[in-house]
Amino acid sequence: MTRRAHVSGSIRRRLLLQLLGSAALLAAILFVTVLGFVRDVAEESHDSILFASATSIMDSIAVNAGEVSVDLPYAALSMLGNVSDDRVFYRVSRAGEVLTGYSDLPAGEATVRAGQPVFETLDYKGETIRMVTSSRRLSLNGAPTDIEVSVAQTQNGQAAILARLSRSALYLGIGFFVLSSALAIWSAQSSVRPLKSLAQAVSRRGPKDLRPVSRPVPSEMAPLVSSLNTFIDRLGVSLTRSEDFIAEAAHRVRTPLATVRTQAEITLRRVEKEENRGSLREMIRAIDETSRASGQLLDHAMVSFRTDSLERVDIDLAELARELVERLRPVADLKDIDLHFANSGTPRMSGDAILIQNAVRNILDNAIKYSPPERQVHIRVSGDGAQARVSIEDEAGGFGTTDTHALTERFVRGENTQGVVGSGLGLTIAREVAEAHGGTLTIETSKSGAGACVTLCFPSH
Amino acid sequence: MRFLLVEDNASLAKAILDRLRLDGHVVDHAPDVQSAEDFAATTDYDLILLDIMLPDGDGRTFLKQHRDRQIETPVIVLTARSEVSDRVGVLDLGADDYITKPFDFSELEARCRAVLRRRGGGSSNERRFGNLRFDPMAGTLSVEDQTISLRNKELRLLEVFLSAPDRIFSKAKLVDRLFSYEEDVSENAIEVYVGRLRKHLVGSGVEIATVRGLGYRMSLQ
Amino acid sequence: MRNPLLSLALIASLWGVSASAFEIEDRQWVGPENARALTVISTTDFDILAPLMESFLRNRPGVAVDYVVASSSELMKAIADEGQTFDVALSSAMDLQTKLANDGFTRPHQSSATALIPGWGEWRNHVFAFSQEPASMVVSATALTEAEMPRTRQALITLLREQPDRFRGRIGTYDVSLSGLGYLFATQDARTSETYWRLMELMGGLDLQLYCCSGAMIEQVADGEIFVAYNVLGSYARARADLADRIVVIDPEDYTHLMMRSAILLNDAAQPELAEAFVDHLITAAWSNPPAPEYPFRHPLGAPGPSESARRPIQLGPGLLVYQDREKRKRFLGEWVSALRQE
Repeated sequence: MTRRAHVSGSIRRRLLLQLLGSAALLAAILFVTVLGFVRDVAEESHDSILFASATSIMDSIAVNAGEVSVDLPYAALSMLGNVSDDRVFYRVSRAGEVLTGYSDLPAGEATVRAGQPVFETLDYKGETIRMVTSSRRLSLNGAPTDIEVSVAQTQNGQAAILARLSRSALYLGIGFFVLSSALAIWSAQSSVRPLKSLAQAVSRRGPKDLRPVSRPVPSEMAPLVSSLNTFIDRLGVSLTRSEDFIAEAAHRVRTPLATVRTQAEITLRRVEKEENRGSLREMIRAIDETSRASGQLLDHAMVSFRTDSLERVDIDLAELARELVERLRPVADLKDIDLHFANSGTPRMSGDAILIQNAVRNILDNAIKYSPPERQVHIRVSGDGAQARVSIEDEAGGFGTTDTHALTERFVRGENTQGVVGSGLGLTIAREVAEAHGGTLTIETSKSGAGACVTLCFPSH
Repeated sequence: MRFLLVEDNASLAKAILDRLRLDGHVVDHAPDVQSAEDFAATTDYDLILLDIMLPDGDGRTFLKQHRDRQIETPVIVLTARSEVSDRVGVLDLGADDYITKPFDFSELEARCRAVLRRRGGGSSNERRFGNLRFDPMAGTLSVEDQTISLRNKELRLLEVFLSAPDRIFSKAKLVDRLFSYEEDVSENAIEVYVGRLRKHLVGSGVEIATVRGLGYRMSLQ
Repeated sequence: MRNPLLSLALIASLWGVSASAFEIEDRQWVGPENARALTVISTTDFDILAPLMESFLRNRPGVAVDYVVASSSELMKAIADEGQTFDVALSSAMDLQTKLANDGFTRPHQSSATALIPGWGEWRNHVFAFSQEPASMVVSATALTEAEMPRTRQALITLLREQPDRFRGRIGTYDVSLSGLGYLFATQDARTSETYWRLMELMGGLDLQLYCCSGAMIEQVADGEIFVAYNVLGSYARARADLADRIVVIDPEDYTHLMMRSAILLNDAAQPELAEAFVDHLITAAWSNPPAPEYPFRHPLGAPGPSESARRPIQLGPGLLVYQDREKRKRFLGEWVSALRQE
């Protein structure tokens, strides 16, 4: 009876995806930020070394005897070699005239002011260079003159360092993502854990357990639980109501039927004319059919209702069957049918006694109803500790070629039922009861071949 | 027999009363628990037919009080409710049997007979006709010193004939009385039972005559 | 101007004028005629590297080596100024090699052979060292007693100061304006210690003889023409087994510069793959442990002489460019000349 819920997405998966998405985004931001940061730092440190180099060259410039002289310090260029194996270029110029160094070194676009070095990235000799240009004003023969010093270095080493740092940043980002993912999985799991444990607690409940859920839950689940409790409450009310309704419906239908039937019987006794008698008989049969059908429908509703929430008590199947046999004996006597009851073993089981009684009664009813007069019906009960069994064997001719499984479907009747009132629900009820108890209903042709043998088999515990 | 019918539905009650009286029974009708108690307290009934749903209380209440007072009158409960829910309750409360509405009067009669037989009462109901002694409760037929058990259909057939000796019963009427309306039997089936009964009646001075074209008649030889 | 050679050289270098094509000292062809030729320009004498070239050609039929010997400055001139095409340049002038590499005349190379070189032995995968050789003093074994052998520069200064007349005209060193290696040693000396200038001033006053090459100085010492040669390639001197009893090779104990002979692969090479193979061959011979039998120098890490604390390896790198700066060179040569002029 458990209906599969209509599933649309998963909170855990959605949460996980969102967390993973955030983690990926943060990891990407982290990567880009760190990369940008190291790029800046690397460039700044490179720039500062270039500037230091330019400054030391600038410091070596002096005016001697009306001439500007440059005494390139060894450290000015060797310090650049300590950073990386990159090509080094420099130029010292005065008012556009190159004093020494690489005269074809490109001039920067920016105008250089004293004390404010200009850093540029340029192309030279087919390579990208980073160049600093600083300027200083000297007095030459009493007139001011501007000296410009440029120091440049290719960026291969820089690029290698950056590549290494990028890789580190990438690993950092990936590491962050992996760690965050692990945390995200953990967090998603633990977020849905209260939901799971609530679901388990509810599904573990006994069939008649309609108490409200009282276990503590996170505040987000409080509305769910309170709706659930309201629902449980309503369900309890409506279950009681349906039980009452079924009883009431039965009463409402059956009382007038009983009146009509009784009156029809009386009339039949008084009427002499054969056509009228025929009609009255038909009428009584129709009433019987109606009442039986409605009775079984209501029974079936009741059975379904009870099997949905099966109550189990200890049952002595032999005692139960014996009582039933005794109860139906007057009915069997009407057709001079002999009911033979036999019990072997102790067929104990646990289940809903009313349902079991109903199931056995339906089968026995059928056996009596479909048997011709003066036949035998055997009711055998047996139990062996593992199973409790009751089988009812009649001489009613069997079910013929009808599929024995189909017989237990609703409203399917056997081939031999012409002229016998029935709704076809009896075996259905019996089967549903058996299955609700984890048992089986089997229909076979009896050993003698004269009829059918229907067996209800229940596990003992 | 003397019946008390406790049933609140007036039309059903009337129909049941008519039907039971038709078979020659004496029946009182109580429409509620209160009057049922009054009847039960003043009259000695062979059997009480008790409806469960009553206007001034549940039939079960009556049943319980009835048993508490240790009144031995057998009770058959008439129930209109589902078989599944009520039965155990009424039997536990001391009902002898129950029958679900609407019911076949043959079945009701059979149940009454079964209940009375179980209680061992009602032997005063023995009937005599010629040399014939018939105990419908025990289902026995005695001719002179010889007693035999009748089968149900033979018993009922005999009852029908004894209810109106010398009257001609058509085969159709006999079918109606002997067979349930569910059963699809031909009128010739009656011949079988008449034949059997005739065998049992040998030496009793009672005979069942065939009235050609009309039916059968039981009369003293 | 005592030395006409010196003054001529000075004029040429100071004005940077060089009308003629670069000067070839020697040219050798190894291998079959009309063969595909690897062109090598080198400052190293043919005889020294000949065995290595032969082993290189051994498994390469149809290949020859066109080996051109020039001074390091001529080598520079040929490549940088005249745009002569060679496949490989071998030079002991580390600063010039570095400058060629820095200024874009070379191409990079990486192989399993270059992986043998320690980090300090190569620059940017452009300059590959294949030897490490000391700047030594070569002293006449006959002219000086054992006790007089100067183990340090200070000892040499003391010796020269005490007996100026004995050594007048009997001391020699590189003409730094002509020899790239001489210039390298001189600039490194000047950078390392002020002692160099005192020594130059002292030697300048003692009629210092100037030479183009180590070989000439070694032979002059051996012949007794001069008693002391300063800043001579110790490896050359030690290689002259025939002069071993007449000369003493001293690696100064105060400090000894170690020069690295290096190879560069030139752009526009006619035989680029051959050039790479040749350089790999050189490197493998030099840096394998032990070195190939035909390798003419000591293992670069096993250079003899100077104790650990006295070793001053000259480092490859942009620092070497400083002394190739036009102004710096002009200034250094000017100072050098004026130091020598001191009485």
